[in-house]
Amino acid sequence: MFEAVLLTVITAATPLLIAAVGELVVERSGVLNLGVEGMMIMGAVIGFAVANQTGSGSLGVIAAIAAGMAMSALFGVLVLFLVANQVATGLALTILGIGLSGMIGEAFIGVPGLDLPQLYIPVLSEIPFFGPVFFQQDALVYVSFALVAFVAYGLFRTRVGLVLRAVGDNHGSAHALGYSVVKVRFLAILFGGACAGLAGAYLSLAYTPQWVENMTAGRGWIALALVVFASWLPLRVVIGAYLFGAVSVLNLHAQALEFDIPSQLLSSLPYIATIMVLVLISANRRLTLVNTPACLGKPFVPDR
Amino acid sequence: MKSLLKTTVAAVAFAALGSAAQAADLKACFVYVGPVGDFGWTYQHDQGRLAVEEKFGDKVETAYLESVAEGPDAERAIERFAREGCNIIFTTSFGYMNPTIKVAKKFPDVKFEHATGYKTADNVATYNSKFHQGRYIIGQIAAKQSKTGTAGYIASFPIPEVVSGINAFLLGAQSVNPDFKVKVVWVNTWFDPGKEADAAKALIDQGADIITQHTDSTAPLQVAQERGVHGFGQASDMINFAKDAQYTAIIDDWAPYYIHRVQEALDGNWNSHSSWEGLAEGHVVMAPYTNLPADVVEMAKATEAKIKDGWEPFTGPITKQDGTVAAEDGVRLDDGAILGMNWYVQGIDDKLPE
Repeated sequence: MFEAVLLTVITAATPLLIAAVGELVVERSGVLNLGVEGMMIMGAVIGFAVANQTGSGSLGVIAAIAAGMAMSALFGVLVLFLVANQVATGLALTILGIGLSGMIGEAFIGVPGLDLPQLYIPVLSEIPFFGPVFFQQDALVYVSFALVAFVAYGLFRTRVGLVLRAVGDNHGSAHALGYSVVKVRFLAILFGGACAGLAGAYLSLAYTPQWVENMTAGRGWIALALVVFASWLPLRVVIGAYLFGAVSVLNLHAQALEFDIPSQLLSSLPYIATIMVLVLISANRRLTLVNTPACLGKPFVPDR
Repeated sequence: MKSLLKTTVAAVAFAALGSAAQAADLKACFVYVGPVGDFGWTYQHDQGRLAVEEKFGDKVETAYLESVAEGPDAERAIERFAREGCNIIFTTSFGYMNPTIKVAKKFPDVKFEHATGYKTADNVATYNSKFHQGRYIIGQIAAKQSKTGTAGYIASFPIPEVVSGINAFLLGAQSVNPDFKVKVVWVNTWFDPGKEADAAKALIDQGADIITQHTDSTAPLQVAQERGVHGFGQASDMINFAKDAQYTAIIDDWAPYYIHRVQEALDGNWNSHSSWEGLAEGHVVMAPYTNLPADVVEMAKATEAKIKDGWEPFTGPITKQDGTVAAEDGVRLDDGAILGMNWYVQGIDDKLPE
């Protein structure tokens, strides 16, 4: 029973985790991209379409990543080179993604998707309880773990990460030191787009293997909230995503077990939990300021 | 001044375009709550619209607006259609009721049709289908086929239509197995494939081996297929998503109604009414019975025939959850009681959210 719950939690948390980790990198570089939902849904539709046409799930995943990157490149050009307002551009990206994906996906409505094979890690997957939970998952679940490790290490233990954080915290100084703020940010945006696209592919190829319009159903926005929830720290994103997944899945289980709690209250629990954690984090103002990228959302225009 | 001139020119050009498009005898317009690609509720309404186009060809022009939020947006959308010269406007979600009535007052010459609501006017008709008839049949099938004696029901919102669906399902099941259990999970959304899939998994993990849903995506059925249990399609035939798992589907077929009403509007004998039809009139259709033994198919077909002959699934004896009698033996609930149903029948352990 507990094992079954955990398995469901993992599938519910993975898309949030992947998208949030990508957005975290973007925000660490000082850019706020509200277009996660739009990039995610484009990843979902392109991933599904390519997997469907070629019969290969891996090609679908790669195409989804490319689609997310293409969307984010558009965003990058607008906000970095043309210095458009980040909030407005991000929102526009979401609207564009939802509309465009609906148009592209029209031919694929009502077509069953192909299921990504589950990756059973030999020997380890035989261990009772831990085996099925940790070593019999969709391949993308392992990718999400690797991604978090990669980002956590990269951001705080490498030179590249240091430069990225410097650009996000004080773009003036970073520029003065000779780093190309625009280049760093553009690459970060592309990384965020790739992650959002991958998260979309997880939805349309692994979570619910099908394409329907608007299938992200707000997960991009939750990923955005998770980044703040995690106070821009990768490992906390994992906690946030899994907490969110756990609360929403436990709600369903509690109902099926016929607990006498109003379902509306249970449905709002993930959001209540998010707000509570945000309040707790914000209460410690110094800690918040330490981790918040100081230049988040501020446009950068070099003097010369 | 210059900009005013431009606007005027544009307006004239636009009007000319508009009148060029008015060549058809009638313009039928549709307001949808979801995207036409949801493969559920809105998809089926759009299939109805396409059927109108096919049937009347050049005589009738159609237009639609999709993903129109219930509330102020809806009023704007409906009013826009009325101004654009639509002769008959179908508003296809419960939440469009008040906006439809409001706009209809301003445009007495335009005909309005509101789906699933209860407010009518001289130029506002309502229409709905007896989906609960289909739910009674799938309840019977569930009770016959379930090994655990438990079905999982994924419900959207506690409105009468959903509640009567759950009741009809259990009444059908109880007619086969009086001890049949149904576990209800409210997901508080009409459409979120991921959440619906999670709900299906939770229900299966807790012993349900039949999954049914009153939400719009195919995700629960896919989970059923994956886990080797069974279920029923919702709104459209979802057999492609669950070849081995789907027993049948309750299909909403709006085409006959739309064609009929557009015809009446063309002939000039359209009148306001409240239409509420079901299997007999073909507004609710059962998808082919699949993955079932012959005797169960026979039972389902017999029940379907009985309902088509006028039998009502909500015929007594019906006892409410709290033990009071809802209908004496042989007494059928009246339409109002079914359309406003806000109580569970006995045998459901869930507490109805208020």
